[in-house]
Amino acid sequence: MNSTLVISQLLNGLQLGVLLFLLAAGLTLVLGIMNFVNLAHGSFYMVGAYLCATFTLWLDSFLLGLLLAIPAMLLVGVVTELLVVRHLYRRDHLDQVLASFGLILVFDSTVHMVWGPAGLTFVLPAVLNGQVTVFPGVEFPVYRLLIIAVGLLVALGLYLLVARTRVGMLIRAGAANPVMVGALGVDIKTLFTLVFALGAVLAGIAGMLIAPITEASIGMGKDILIITLVVIIIGGIGSIRGSFIAAMVVGLIDTLGRSYLDDLLKLVLSNQAAETSAPAISSMLIYILMAVILYFRPEGLFPPRSR
Amino acid sequence: MKRIVVAVALAAMLATPAAFARNVKIGFVTTLTTGAAVIGRDMQDAVNLALEQIGGKMGGLDVDVIFEDDGFKPEIGKQKTDKLVKSDDVDFVAGYIWSNVLLASRKSALDAGKFMISSNAGASQMAGKFCNKNFFSTSWENSQTPMALGEVLNRKGVKKLYIMVPNYAAGKNMATGVERTFKGEIVGKDMTKWGKSAQLDFSAELSKVKASGADALFIFYPGKAGGAFIKQYEQAGLVGKIPLYSVFTVDSISLPKLQKGNLKGVLGSQSASFWSPDLDTPQNRKFVSSFKAKYGRYPSFYAAQSYDTIFLIKSAVDAVKGNLDDMDGMRAAMEKADFPSVRGKFRYGRNHFPIQNFYLLQVEPDADGVWTTKIVETIYKDHQDIYASKCKL
Repeated sequence: MNSTLVISQLLNGLQLGVLLFLLAAGLTLVLGIMNFVNLAHGSFYMVGAYLCATFTLWLDSFLLGLLLAIPAMLLVGVVTELLVVRHLYRRDHLDQVLASFGLILVFDSTVHMVWGPAGLTFVLPAVLNGQVTVFPGVEFPVYRLLIIAVGLLVALGLYLLVARTRVGMLIRAGAANPVMVGALGVDIKTLFTLVFALGAVLAGIAGMLIAPITEASIGMGKDILIITLVVIIIGGIGSIRGSFIAAMVVGLIDTLGRSYLDDLLKLVLSNQAAETSAPAISSMLIYILMAVILYFRPEGLFPPRSR
Repeated sequence: MKRIVVAVALAAMLATPAAFARNVKIGFVTTLTTGAAVIGRDMQDAVNLALEQIGGKMGGLDVDVIFEDDGFKPEIGKQKTDKLVKSDDVDFVAGYIWSNVLLASRKSALDAGKFMISSNAGASQMAGKFCNKNFFSTSWENSQTPMALGEVLNRKGVKKLYIMVPNYAAGKNMATGVERTFKGEIVGKDMTKWGKSAQLDFSAELSKVKASGADALFIFYPGKAGGAFIKQYEQAGLVGKIPLYSVFTVDSISLPKLQKGNLKGVLGSQSASFWSPDLDTPQNRKFVSSFKAKYGRYPSFYAAQSYDTIFLIKSAVDAVKGNLDDMDGMRAAMEKADFPSVRGKFRYGRNHFPIQNFYLLQVEPDADGVWTTKIVETIYKDHQDIYASKCKL
């Protein structure tokens, strides 16, 4: 095994982890605090990608595209909360699943009507499209490093927001006992709207970051939602710290599985058998991980203390 | 009251079909949702164009085409095929982009004694052990195109090849095809997750390609995965280092998007195919110019094959003068391949797959600056798939 390849695979895993964290943070907050099962969370990822691609193509600048798409996502989040989600907090989970599944269909069809069935893509500015030498002999795409940096910054910002600010304190209090927080005169409804919109923005940012790598396409949100659910379940529902660590673990396991499993299997199996079984097993790895973790810690790695 | 009205309406609907003169009914299964919908749209547009050009008539009968969406999933494709066969009672089941969908749907159509025509999917099993007297293809057997590309790699002196394909029936056939003719060493091979939640981020695999020391990279990524792959190939810094050779990836589906995104790395890249928009046959000139006039874009090979599908069916129905019960007559007519095909004159092998030419294509801008593929040379003349010998017809 050569060490430069190992380093670039670790970076690849980190980049996937960061992306998953951006998605998981919002989902885990909404589920942990509002007790709302939001299957449509992946749709924000898709909408973020489309908005960013559209603005970027209009203005011919990825940076401006990002800067415009973020407030637009905030708006999408707020409107969705006010129109639909707000009315579902007190309903049971089955109703929420049905309603948010309906939201997925609405978002998918809207995107289909506005942008058509073909995906949307754009090219990165030349500065970001190249590679950089991170360690001697290890070249890594600049843009993927940028994703890692942005993701870690957002994680830090989120930590500071939740742990160090008044809003964060209210969010934590709201998670523990929303009725009491309301009785103390805090506008809990607005707080919920804010948290939901924050989740939408984070998912949107993940979509914006991935758009130049893959593309904005219909259904991209559904594909990633399942892995995101795995992440928040491993991390413990409602825990941002848990979802951060779980996202990194899942990102690394998935990437390393894709990279090394066939070589490992070739040690024990014939070439032919290893070649066919490796892709199948590597796509199962994260689910196996989830099953193992749930066996030992049914509440996930870091369940919030309040419940 | 409402319930009674509904019941009466339902009864009326059930009673009507047999009462009228027969139409030629064609069920067309393709993908109309998910990211692959763009392929389905191209096929649908080509079918509609062909119908328009033949005035909606075959052998004096009106033609009904029922489009169904397989949702990119074999099990849904099979359900839709069942529905077309049982409740719509179609005469022909056609379409099928994906080999796994075709394989799952095969029995539903063929066991019911219907004609099945694949407008794209070319699973090798259909050419060999599952070949059927009522199955026809207007495309190719999967491994033929990569076999042609393997010959090109040999001629260019490629010694070490890295292979990346999606992990499903066609992906495996494509890898087998190139491995069959390529004489050098395969230094690495990745099969990535495919289907509804297909893998679109190839970071780990591209890092492996880079470290493998290969002199060429072979890929098969149809639909939206192709555009994503080429972008990441460029971002990973492989352009100019490890040349890219592809089959069914760089086409009129992915090129407009790549051009919009100004991904110049794809210009000059080479692929193999039985067809290209500039293929010089009378039917193809007519097809490409009318398709461009009607829809404002180049047709893809999916569209070309779907267009051929309608003309193949027409040749069968015309031959029996609209007597749709004459299955033997229609089959004999189709076996002659006596219809204007975009690929020019060709014949069918005994497994009902075309024996046809394969060309080397290169991506270039056309006279208006639109990126398209152009034929560089002929790789194979009248090539027959190797599975035909396993077909017991």
